[in-house]
Amino acid sequence: MSIQLRSLPREEIATYLAANGLKIQIGLFTLSLRSSIPAIVEHLHNLYGDFKLINDPDVFIDWYVKIDSPSVLRRFIRPQIQFSFDGYQPFEALPKDQACAMLEWGLNWCIANNSNQFLVIHSAVIEKNGIAIILPGTPGSGKSTLCAALVLRGWRLLSDEMALVNVEEGLLYPVSRPISLKNQSIDIIKDFSPDANFGMSTKDTAKGTVAHMQPPDSSVMNVNIPVFPAKVVFPSYIKGSATKLVPLDKGKAFMKVAENCFNYNVLGRVGFNVLTKMIDHCDSYCFEYQYLEEAIHTFEQLNND
Amino acid sequence: MTESIFNNTLVVFLRNQDRIGRERFPLASVNWDLLIRQARRANLLSRVAYFLQESNQLVHVPQKPRIHLQSALTIGKANARSVKWEIKQIYSVLQKAELSFMLLKGAAYAHSGRTSAKGRVFSDVDIMLPAAKIEAAERVFVHNGWIPANFDVYDQQYYRKWMHEIPPLRHLKRQTNLDVHHTIIPPTSNLKPDVEKLWLNAEKIDGIYVLSLDDMILHSATHLFHEGEFESGLRDISDLSLMLQEFNQTDRDWKELSERAYELNLGIPLYYAVHYSVLILHTPIPQTFVKMLEHDNSSYLKTKIMDFLFMRALMPDHISCDDFFTGFARWILYIRSHCLRMPIYLLVPHLSRKAWMRLTGKAMH
Repeated sequence: MSIQLRSLPREEIATYLAANGLKIQIGLFTLSLRSSIPAIVEHLHNLYGDFKLINDPDVFIDWYVKIDSPSVLRRFIRPQIQFSFDGYQPFEALPKDQACAMLEWGLNWCIANNSNQFLVIHSAVIEKNGIAIILPGTPGSGKSTLCAALVLRGWRLLSDEMALVNVEEGLLYPVSRPISLKNQSIDIIKDFSPDANFGMSTKDTAKGTVAHMQPPDSSVMNVNIPVFPAKVVFPSYIKGSATKLVPLDKGKAFMKVAENCFNYNVLGRVGFNVLTKMIDHCDSYCFEYQYLEEAIHTFEQLNND
Repeated sequence: MTESIFNNTLVVFLRNQDRIGRERFPLASVNWDLLIRQARRANLLSRVAYFLQESNQLVHVPQKPRIHLQSALTIGKANARSVKWEIKQIYSVLQKAELSFMLLKGAAYAHSGRTSAKGRVFSDVDIMLPAAKIEAAERVFVHNGWIPANFDVYDQQYYRKWMHEIPPLRHLKRQTNLDVHHTIIPPTSNLKPDVEKLWLNAEKIDGIYVLSLDDMILHSATHLFHEGEFESGLRDISDLSLMLQEFNQTDRDWKELSERAYELNLGIPLYYAVHYSVLILHTPIPQTFVKMLEHDNSSYLKTKIMDFLFMRALMPDHISCDDFFTGFARWILYIRSHCLRMPIYLLVPHLSRKAWMRLTGKAMH
């Protein structure tokens, strides 16, 4: 029997985090999280309510993660926090108020760097009526904004940050987690829908102001359902641009996706094969947009094609 | 804690690498959760996966841990591929300049097909040239896309003046690191192996030199027991254990190895390598040979003290393998390595500067 995180009061979340760790199921991955930072309790309580908790003590844990002060000194003087993956610190410590952002970045790092059973593509992934669309994104392409808007209109969120394409069957596996939005995107999405539930905004991070939006409960509930990729759309947010969807030939689409992979080189021939197969089976497009409503209209049409 | 830190899951696994899945080491006896955690921290996850694959047991590992092992195996293969490519690039530029060079450490294991290359993941390629050729080689590298990894004036001078290598280089496009050495340990160190002798016994494979097996063992031992960094300490012990087993299979007399060590003034590192391979991984080495090395290079008290320190420092840097003294042991050995590396009048200013840089947040290391 597993329970949802929302059934725990804040104090109990804090107790688990401070003791042996809170075990959270995120798609295929089981996370054990430890922390003594109150903001992390709030972050989980606010945005991870629909996630399943694991109470089986013998379950295999994929990621042992701790987010805490790097030293006693740093608890008081210029307070800092450090992300630790089972004792390994992939990043330098950050100011304490960036704890929630660091947790999310750290989880991305864990998954992207240690999951070569997948071709990991830096992209958002959404799905509706069995049609899954990959939105590879260079920074500033607006993939997260577009992804958040689509998700608020009933699309299923698989991920706002990475597509996990299984190298054996080519299926996309969801890792539905809070959507990370930056700077103006935060207000754009807040204005776009009153349903959007955000965590606290963190100012002055390396990426500017960052806030996380809660994933839809249905996406979290259906996180175990993989889906074949159907389309690849390269979004670019261009001010003053008309909404424009242009088909992209397979060769170019292949190269553009390969550039956005975290582990294309690591997978070698396997990576080439899985990507070839994926591009072969998908329609690819370049997509320019300025207005979210028009963009969503285009995606609905794409879905009905 | 049910298991002693010296008989942790990873160490027990490595001891049994030849009989994985057999009666004396059934897969069901393995705590996969701990094995993967410890191996990841010890930089040995790819090697563990490699051993499981080699013994056809990987398919029998429960699914969740197997995914992590397969992922690590993929990284190991990618590492081997990229090192091969990197060696080819280095060879091609140095050959045009008619400069012969020797591969060291991981790249050498890979190039010479040593068992210690199995599932070994590393990021830097280490090469050695005669001291007189270093400047020419550096010019060649800089003209071909390698640049200094950092431009800090102090670091640059420190390397050139006191170390056995020039400041690390990094390839602009591939972002790969290259360390160029002219000897195997800093010239300021108390051990002074004659580098000429290493070249004389070196083997040439496809136009590139590597150390002989004996010298490779001695170099690996010297590196581990004279540098103060133990994050991959158990990985290095595993390398040594694998190479010592290779030596064993040549049917040569173990005395030849110790004679070579004494000839190069590297008896003490060889003693440590053999002593800790046997103590930690139960490497099959004749007891008489181990005793002889101990008799020549240590004393009862020294052995006790060093065991106390090294047995802790060489365990995986994972919470499940730490005891109350682990941090202390690593710290003492770090200081020791610096004392061995350079005289005190050089050491004090160097460490003070490092501490100051760290305190003021100007450097990470």
